[in-house]
Amino acid sequence: MKIAVCVNHVPDTATKIKVGPDGKKIDTIGVTYIVNPYDEYAIEEGLKLKEKISGTVYVIGLGGDSHKESLKKALAMGADEGILLKTDQDFDSVTVAKLLAEEIKSLGCEVVFTGKQSIDFDNSATGQMISEFLGFNCVSNVVSLTIENGSLEAEREIEGGREVVKTTFPAVITAQKGINEPRYASLKGIMAAKKKVITEKSVAQSTSKTKSLGLRLPAPKNPGRILGSDAEAIKELVKLLREEAKVI
Amino acid sequence: MQNYTGVDYFNMDELLSEDEIMVRDSVRDFVSAEIIPIIEEYNRESKFPHQLISKMAELSLFGITLPQKYGCAGMNSVVYGLAMQELERGDSGIRSFVSVQSSLVMYPIYTFGSEAQKDFWLPKLASGEKIGCFGLTEPDFGSNPGGMITKAEKVDGGYLLNGAKMWITNGTLADIAVVWAKLDGKVKGFLVEKGTKGFTAPEMKGKHSLRASVTSELIFDNVFIPEENLLPNSDGLKSPLMCLNQARYGIAWGVVGSMMACYDSALNYAKSRIQFGKPIAGFQMTQEKLVYFLTEITKAQLLNLQLGRLKDNGKLRFQQVSMAKRNNCEIALTVARMSREILGANGILDEYPVMRHAANLESVKTYEGTHEMHTLIIGEDITGLPAFS
Ligand SMILES: Cc1cc2nc3c(=O)[nH]c(=O)nc-3n(C[C@H](O)[C@H](O)[C@H](O)COP(=O)(O)OP(=O)(O)OC[C@H]3O[C@@H](n4cnc5c(N)ncnc54)[C@H](O)[C@@H]3O)c2cc1C
Repeated sequence: MKIAVCVNHVPDTATKIKVGPDGKKIDTIGVTYIVNPYDEYAIEEGLKLKEKISGTVYVIGLGGDSHKESLKKALAMGADEGILLKTDQDFDSVTVAKLLAEEIKSLGCEVVFTGKQSIDFDNSATGQMISEFLGFNCVSNVVSLTIENGSLEAEREIEGGREVVKTTFPAVITAQKGINEPRYASLKGIMAAKKKVITEKSVAQSTSKTKSLGLRLPAPKNPGRILGSDAEAIKELVKLLREEAKVI
Repeated sequence: MQNYTGVDYFNMDELLSEDEIMVRDSVRDFVSAEIIPIIEEYNRESKFPHQLISKMAELSLFGITLPQKYGCAGMNSVVYGLAMQELERGDSGIRSFVSVQSSLVMYPIYTFGSEAQKDFWLPKLASGEKIGCFGLTEPDFGSNPGGMITKAEKVDGGYLLNGAKMWITNGTLADIAVVWAKLDGKVKGFLVEKGTKGFTAPEMKGKHSLRASVTSELIFDNVFIPEENLLPNSDGLKSPLMCLNQARYGIAWGVVGSMMACYDSALNYAKSRIQFGKPIAGFQMTQEKLVYFLTEITKAQLLNLQLGRLKDNGKLRFQQVSMAKRNNCEIALTVARMSREILGANGILDEYPVMRHAANLESVKTYEGTHEMHTLIIGEDITGLPAFS
């Protein structure tokens, strides 16, 4: 089976984000990039499926040259081939999904794993939209997946509980934390990845359906206040919680 | 918990290859997720975390520089160094386990062993299915291993081994011991398998240091070693010293990991601990300590990288390894002790890693050649006058 995993390259969670000079993009100076954490679950799920039923795992990224770092990590974890849809443009989710879907279609993949969201723009939309473009079944936010005789049984995380869903191939699965424990890139895997190819493809002319007008950082938090250290302070605290913070 | 991002004040990453960075980051994540959360408990109870063996093998951390045909990664010495650095950020005892398995067991089998010994043992040691130890030190011969008493005698079909080793890392755990003994007055290496009649390996108890690592005695009472378990290409004391040179190289890198852990702990603590109305990091004397840590870490990183490049280019001299081991262990111990000072009373608790690192580094400064012995090695190199024989 041909298995596709879509991998995004995002700023490290430890990064202190600053808005760049144009007010529309983040300032990338000094920012380290990592594999989108939810995509690590997607990679692991793809590799587990390959180990179970055999096949080829394609990792596909869309973005600039630096995206190759994340694709390389996926190859070091055990994916077979990398594809970089190369562009320096920023697209919205629907355009990204369309471009990825076209590539997945041309590869002939029957199953697609993505993270449930990218931690940079948090749209939580790409996987579902890929399934729509491809006409595949889709289960999102998956925390457990069992594949038996061509049928997929997935548990999804929903508000306050879990939903159990059954579907068939072809399908798109978007992975949530808990679905697996992603493996580390081993030293042997890193050596093996040197021999694997990352094919670069230019992307078709596309225009986004939405346009980002600007980025804004949240207002800085007010500093804490110490009201006192005896029982008197409690009265004041309750008053402030009620009147100033308006939380009780 | 936030990802640990390391110390790189001089943009050293620019001097590393993509693979080297990838390995470092992978081992770093492994240490953050699998070692740091459990290590205090194992250290407190003086237990080795056995469950890490298969995980470390999966990462291919055993015998990193040995060929792939034996199931190893076949990577360079800089990668080996970086992996040791990251492991020791977790704990010196865990790094010791990997150092011994790789540099003191797999390396001698690879370098002095027969084809059959290599084919049989190396894949099993790489996969963690078998554990090894290295027996050189004896109760009465530490810095002066050439005086060893343990001896082998030729008998029909093999050798009879008699004597005792002490301070042997992994000894009680080991399936295979690489033991150095005198045969007709000349030091030779022997593979002694667990369970061989007359061979016991009791654990040494009561350590205040390297508590998450097993240290043992090895006792040989008329142990029969078959001919095929002699390391055929071992040749005198220089053979075990070649092994130690590999391991010392890894220690020079490893202790930088301890320094990084202590610096991280001290810096975070200093920024959040308020005394006299401000964070203690705002006091000049604390800043001086923190700046000293960062400067020494940066110097040691640069020293190690050049050491690794020399090793990979085949230009390394053992005296250079002595200098790096000597300097970095001494500084790491100072950094750990000064970090403890910054943490005040909290520094003695195992809620923080600094006291554990400080205690561990006491062993690391002594084993693989004491600070003094490395001084004498370099001293002889520059003066031409040996201060010991
Ligand atoms: C936790 C731990 C694990 C170990 N693991 C192993 C292992 O796996 N395998 C193994 O073979 N060994 C192992 N060792 C042993 C270690 O290598 C020795 O402890 C070390 O070589 C020093 O020997 P010693 O302790 O007998 O000290 P000694 O040689 O007795 O030295 C005592 C002191 O005298 C000084 N001294 C000695 N000679 C001179 C001199 N000529 N000039 C100046 N000063 C001198 C030393 O520097 C030291 O300060 C381990 C030790 C420890 C603590």
